[in-house]
Amino acid sequence: MTQVPDKRGRFGSYGGRYVPETLMPALLELEQEYAKARKDRRFQAELAYYLKQYVGRPTQLYFAERLTKRLGGARIYLKREDLCHTGAHKINNAIGQGLLAKRMKKPRIIAETGAGQHGVATATVAAMFGLQCEIYMGTEDMQRQALNVFRMRLLGSTVTGVDAGSRTLKDAISEAMRDWTTNIRTTHYILGSVLGAHPYPMMIRDFQSVIGKEARKQILAAEGRLPDCLVACVGGGSNAMGLFHAFLNDKKVKMVGVEAGGLGVASGKHAARFSGGKPGVLQGTMTYLLQDEDGQINLTHSVSAGLDYAAVGPEHSYLRETGRATYTSATDDEAMAAFDLLAREEGIVPALESAHAIAHTVKLAPTMKKTQILLVNLSGRGDKDVQQVARMRGITL
Amino acid sequence: MTSRIDRTFARLRERREAALIAYVMAGDPTLAETEQLVLELEGAGADIIELGVPFSDPIADGPVIQQAAERALRSGTSLRKILPMVKQLRTKTQIPLVLMAYYNSIHAFGPERFCREAVAAGIDGLIVPDMPPDEAGPLQGPAAASGLQLIFLLAPTSTAERRAYVARQSKGFVYYVSLTGITGAKLSNVADVGKNVEKIRKVARTPVAVGFGVATPDDAAKVSAIADGVIVGSAIVKRIAAHQQQAGMVGQVAGFVRSLKAAMAPQHPSAG
Repeated sequence: MTQVPDKRGRFGSYGGRYVPETLMPALLELEQEYAKARKDRRFQAELAYYLKQYVGRPTQLYFAERLTKRLGGARIYLKREDLCHTGAHKINNAIGQGLLAKRMKKPRIIAETGAGQHGVATATVAAMFGLQCEIYMGTEDMQRQALNVFRMRLLGSTVTGVDAGSRTLKDAISEAMRDWTTNIRTTHYILGSVLGAHPYPMMIRDFQSVIGKEARKQILAAEGRLPDCLVACVGGGSNAMGLFHAFLNDKKVKMVGVEAGGLGVASGKHAARFSGGKPGVLQGTMTYLLQDEDGQINLTHSVSAGLDYAAVGPEHSYLRETGRATYTSATDDEAMAAFDLLAREEGIVPALESAHAIAHTVKLAPTMKKTQILLVNLSGRGDKDVQQVARMRGITL
Repeated sequence: MTSRIDRTFARLRERREAALIAYVMAGDPTLAETEQLVLELEGAGADIIELGVPFSDPIADGPVIQQAAERALRSGTSLRKILPMVKQLRTKTQIPLVLMAYYNSIHAFGPERFCREAVAAGIDGLIVPDMPPDEAGPLQGPAAASGLQLIFLLAPTSTAERRAYVARQSKGFVYYVSLTGITGAKLSNVADVGKNVEKIRKVARTPVAVGFGVATPDDAAKVSAIADGVIVGSAIVKRIAAHQQQAGMVGQVAGFVRSLKAAMAPQHPSAG
């Protein structure tokens, strides 16, 4: 497989740098600084140090024995990103970009957040590195994820509600981009997924690729061979890219990304970009988008705030186009059932985002042979979702 | 053949006047009112009209233009409806018309078809705030072929290298963003703006217009003394919003534009 992205930040025809001129010099500076950091042994050693000592890596690759028996097919392994400090894979990227912000001597960082996991990870890194931090979050998401809002404030960050458009992740990103445009001289924008203008999709993939590097070694140690298939949920798609990247050259390993099917793709209330969308430009990048015929961005729906977004990372558009990965979706109901299933069979409460990956596992594993291996990225834990799930079931805590 | 934009700047230069470039969001509150506004603003002294194409996610815009886009989208506005309105306007006026559209609107329409139909309708120029020249490849060929002038932006953060790169590709005029921020923010140091305009003039092949943050006749006067064009957007859109329920909305907005133009007395030293 040829190296992507190219010098212009293109993954085939996807990606690029569609931003106001004000941001261009900062993106070019970030690209240069990141290129230097990538080769700098001291930077890499520092990153490795924090990933081990602070995040708690490597995370375990756990054989889900009871789930495997219950589904009666492939052997299921869970990559336990839910065990990372702050409860999801998001911290891998936040640490990397936090170190870059320090390197570029930017005293202030900003971030957007949907489910709140990236916001919490960024607020955490800001506290640990002594950086000033402001998090943008849609007011709809603030309501869904009140616990994470409080966590970010406990960590010393300012959480600013965004009351525009759909009041979710997309609007939080726009507002963060406006802030960055205004405060670019002092501020680094820690984007949370493999989205936005080059070099973000590449850089965030690189910071998350530790997931796949570890998982590849761990499965070889446990089973003596590579898995037959990888499964991960895809909002922007950073946990999926993080898992997939190390396996891209292992042609026999299939890869499946699971988007949010919401109330069903036919209902129009979903975030399944590959089923209902077409290529276009949103928030800096060319990729698959949910849009109408005039190019206006559609409102999306998902039970999971982290998957509730109209665009998918450009590298996923590329992997789908080249046929290297396939994409499917799981509905809200399927994700909720998977949420319960994993809690009861394995004693692991998954994040609602990750529950979409489990939901597809429930469909896929029984169609596979008992000798085959399915490796699922459990990208985050469900503590943040407990209140929402209770509310959906009419339970007052 | 020179364009309407080029001819307008040439004519104003002879009179030592800066161009007043007035921005309205097409379809805010309705396309019929936009048509009326264009004609009245021309009468009030606007030299070039910038027509915004509403987009659901305008990352370069502050709340005033964002809300105008929401109103325009609610009234059912799209590029497909704006172009026929422009065609009708062209039977009544020869004022240069520049569209300001986010890239996805153009991409969904199809870049080639867009350039062809926009020029056929009477559009002279195009500004895409989220498309630096680095990404303009698919548009530059069709735009040149149909005679649509692609106008690019420069910002206070632009390096000398980018100033040269961007300014040389801009047609019609260079749009200098006066401040590090989004539309509708407050104009900061006019002296700094002047210095940057001078730097751009050294590398540009076109006049330089200044926008973002020009809100009052006083601002317009100061900017007209240092640049070839003065772009006023949010301050006009704010007045359209404030008077949208009233019969006299168009007159109110025209009155404001007249006060801007009056403040921009012929004075600026000829550029070059």
